[in-house]
Amino acid sequence: MSVIFILVGFSLLVALFFLGSFIWAVKDGQYDDDYTPSVRMLFDDDDFKSDRTKKTKSHQKQ
Amino acid sequence: MSQEKIVGIKRELESDLKDNTHCFHCGSDFEEIIVKAYAHRFCCEGCKTVFEILDENGLGNYYGMEDNPGNKILSKIGNKYSFLDSPEVESGLLDFNDGGVSSVKFYVPKIHCSSCIWLLENMHRLEKGIVKSTVNFLKKEVYVVFNDEILSLREVVELMVSIGYEPNISLNDYKKEAGKTEDRSPYYKLGVAGFAFGNIMLLSFPEYFDTNGYLNDNFRKLFGYLNLFLATPVLLYSASDYFVSAFKALKRKYLNIDFPISVGILALFGRSSYEIISQSGAGFMDSFTMFVFLLLVGKWYQNRTYQALSFERDYKSYFPLAVIKVWEGREEPIPVGDLKVDDIVILRNQEIVPTDAELLSETAQIDYSFVTGESEPISKIQGEKIYAGGRQVGASIRIKVKKVVSQSYLTRLWNQDTFAKEGSHFQSVVDKVSKYFTLFVLIISISTLLFWLPEGHSLAFKIFTSVLIIACPCALALTLPFAFGNTMTIFGRNRFYLKNAEAVEKMDRIDTLVFDKTGTLTQTGNEEVLFVGEKLNTQEQALVYSLVAHSTHPLSKTIYQFLEGNTSQKVTAFKEVPSQGLEAKVNDCLIRIGSASFTHYLGALNSDLSSRVFVNINQVNRGYFLIKKQYREGISELITRFKKEGYQIHLISGDNASELDNLKQYFPEGHLHFDQSPEDKMNYVKTLQKMGAKVLMVGDGLNDAGALKQADVGLAVSDDVYSFTPACDAILDAENFTQLNSFLSFSKRTIKVVRISFGISLFYNTLGMVFAIQGVVTPLFAAILMPISSITVVGFITLAIRYCARQKNL
Repeated sequence: MSVIFILVGFSLLVALFFLGSFIWAVKDGQYDDDYTPSVRMLFDDDDFKSDRTKKTKSHQKQ
Repeated sequence: MSQEKIVGIKRELESDLKDNTHCFHCGSDFEEIIVKAYAHRFCCEGCKTVFEILDENGLGNYYGMEDNPGNKILSKIGNKYSFLDSPEVESGLLDFNDGGVSSVKFYVPKIHCSSCIWLLENMHRLEKGIVKSTVNFLKKEVYVVFNDEILSLREVVELMVSIGYEPNISLNDYKKEAGKTEDRSPYYKLGVAGFAFGNIMLLSFPEYFDTNGYLNDNFRKLFGYLNLFLATPVLLYSASDYFVSAFKALKRKYLNIDFPISVGILALFGRSSYEIISQSGAGFMDSFTMFVFLLLVGKWYQNRTYQALSFERDYKSYFPLAVIKVWEGREEPIPVGDLKVDDIVILRNQEIVPTDAELLSETAQIDYSFVTGESEPISKIQGEKIYAGGRQVGASIRIKVKKVVSQSYLTRLWNQDTFAKEGSHFQSVVDKVSKYFTLFVLIISISTLLFWLPEGHSLAFKIFTSVLIIACPCALALTLPFAFGNTMTIFGRNRFYLKNAEAVEKMDRIDTLVFDKTGTLTQTGNEEVLFVGEKLNTQEQALVYSLVAHSTHPLSKTIYQFLEGNTSQKVTAFKEVPSQGLEAKVNDCLIRIGSASFTHYLGALNSDLSSRVFVNINQVNRGYFLIKKQYREGISELITRFKKEGYQIHLISGDNASELDNLKQYFPEGHLHFDQSPEDKMNYVKTLQKMGAKVLMVGDGLNDAGALKQADVGLAVSDDVYSFTPACDAILDAENFTQLNSFLSFSKRTIKVVRISFGISLFYNTLGMVFAIQGVVTPLFAAILMPISSITVVGFITLAIRYCARQKNL
C-alpha cells in the first residue's frame, strides 16, 4: 500500500506542473486577447501574386 | 496551383463581374467618380493608391479574405503629423525605447475585419524599419515595434494613415504610465483556487467512500495535511479580495455581501484546520475551495466587459496631443499641456481649439458640433473669444491663448470635484439582503451555541461552526454576477453597452428620463423640406424667397436654401413677430408666413415631430412647407411608450426654442428647456435628483458630459460606438435607440429574477441550517449541498433571463 504515498506525491507534482503552465500562459499574455489569435492562425504564409505581375506575364504569353 | 488559390481567384473574378457598383478597396457605393485600374474599380484615387501599395508589396491577400475590406482614404496627410517630430512628444507616446528599437501602441478605431489584422501585422513587408506589429482585435489596438534608426514615429504613423488605418492619437495617450499592463491577478487567483479545489476533491474521496472503516490512519493523516497544505494559498491569496472588501465596508459601518462570505470562509477553514490537526475529523476543505472557486468564476463572468469601448473618456481623448506654436518667428509643435497664456497658436483646417483663446486672424468659422451638437459653423471675427472644443473650418487661423488648457471653459466641466458622488455609496440589492441575512445567521448561530453549550464545549463549538459553514451564501453570492453578466451579454448583442454590472441595477430604479435634443433625438444633417398644397408658381416662390431672405430664424434659412435660385424682389413693411412668423409687402402682395394661427390656417393637421411653415398670400392660404428635422426614426413612438409606462420625461437642449411647438405635444408643460448651457444641464439633473428622482440622462456630445456624469445613469447615444463618446455609464448604438424602453424594462425584469433567485438560495441556506442546528451535518453533506444550490441558482437565472430577453425581442 505504501506505493500510494509515492503515487499521491507524483500526481501532485503533475498537477503542480499544470498550475505552473497556466500561470506561465497568463503571464505570457495569452489571456489578454482571446480573439485575435483565432483569426491569425488562419492566415496563409505564402505570398499572393501581384495582380499586375500576373497581367504582364499573360501578356508575354500572348 | 493549389485548390484554395483557384477558388480564391475564381471568387475574385466573380465578384469583379457582379460587383460593379462598389469600390474594390473600401466597398463604398459609386456616385460619380470611378477610377478604373487593373481590372478593378475604385471610388477614388486614395483607394486606388492603397491598392497599388499593397499589390506592389505582395500584400494582395488583403483583398482575398473579405470583400472590400479597406477604409476610405479621406484626406491628404500633409504635415498633420509634424508634431510627432518633436522629441518631447515622441518620448511621451513611446511605450519603450532602447537604443535602436522603439515600441508604441496605437488605438485604431478602423480595425474591423480579419483582413485588417492581416495587413497591419504584415506592415513589416511594406516598410523595412518595422520589426513587428501585433493587433489586438477586441481592443482595436496595434502594437508596433520599429527600428528608430530607420524610421521615425511620424513615419510609422504616416505609413498607417497611407494604408487607411489612421491611429487615434490624443492627449489621453500622452505620458501614460509606462509599462502599465493589465491586472492579471484574477486569473492567477482563479487558477490557484481551481487547482486546489480539484486536488482536494480527489484527496477527499477516500474519506467519503470509506463506509467500512478500511482507511488506514496514516492515509487519513496524509490526506488531511495535504488538504491543509493545498487550501492555505486559497485562503491567503485567492480569497483575499473578500476579506479586504468586507473589512473596508465594516470600517464604513455597513455590512456588504462580502462579510457573510468572509465569515463563512473563515469558519470553513478554521474548523477544517482544527479537525485535521487534532485528528478529530476530515474537515471541509473541499467545500471551502469549491466555494472560493465558484465565487471567483462568478466574478470573472461578470467582469468580462467591452474592451474596445471606453466609458471614461474626457476631454483628453478629444483634444489633440500637440499644437503648432508660433515662437520668435518660428513654428514649432508643442504639447498642448505646455501652452501658456498669451502663446500664439496656428490652427489649420479641421483642427481643434485646445483652450479658450482670442482670435488674431480676421475671420474664422468654428464648428462646435462636438460641444453643442449644432452642426452649423459659427462665424467669429478678429478679437472675439473662441472657446475650447470648437473645430476650425477652412483656412488656417492664428489665436492667442487666454487660459491654460486645464482652466478652459470646457475642461473645467470635468475638473469639478462635485462629480465624486460624495459618500453616497451605491446600495446594491444584495447589500440590503446581506445585511439582514448576516444578522439572521449570527442570531441563529449564537443561539445554537448557547443551546448546545450544556452538552459540552467541543460539541457546541462544532455545531456552531457547522451553522456558519452551511450559512455560507454561496448561491446568493453567485446570483448577481450571473444575472448581470447574462443581462449585459444580451444588451451587448443589441448594441447597448454597459460600463459595469452596477448599471443594470441603477437602470432598474430609473423613473425620470432627460433627453438632449440635438444629436440625440435628432440626427445631425440636412433637413428635409416639402411643400404641401398646390404647387407655388414661380412668382409666388419668388415672393416667399424674398421674404425669408430678411429673417435669420433657422426655419427661414432652411426655406431660403430650399428656394435658392429664385430672384429677389423688393420687400416693404417687413415685420417679424417672434415665435409667430413674418409679414411683409412684396411686389404689392401682402404675404404672411409662419405658424398656423398667424396665417389663419384652418385645415386639419396630423401631429408629428416636424415643423410647418404656413404661407398666406393676399389673405389666401396657399399651403405649407413641411420641414422635417431629421428626428431619429421611431422617436415619437418611443416617447409615447415611455409616457405610457409612467416615466417622467424631460428635454434639455442647448438649442433655441424653434422646435418648441413640435415637442410640446410630447413633453409635459415645464419639462422643456432650451438655451441650456452645459452647466445648466448638469444643474437641472441635480435639481431633479434633489427632488428624489432617479435620472437617466440621454445625451451625445461634450455639452452633455456634465449632466451625464451627474445623472444616476448617463447614457451616450452614438452613431459609431468606437468614436468619441463622453464619459458615461452606458453607450447605445443610435440604430437601436428606439429599443431604449425595452432595455429599461428588461433591467427591471432582471432585478425580479434576481429577487426570486435570492429566495431560492435563502431556501437552501435555511434548509441546510435546519440540519446544522441539530448537529447532523457531515463534510459530505456540505460538499453536496453547496454545488447543488449553486447549480440550481445559476441555471435558473440563465434560463429565466434568456426567456425574458426572448419575450422582449432582445
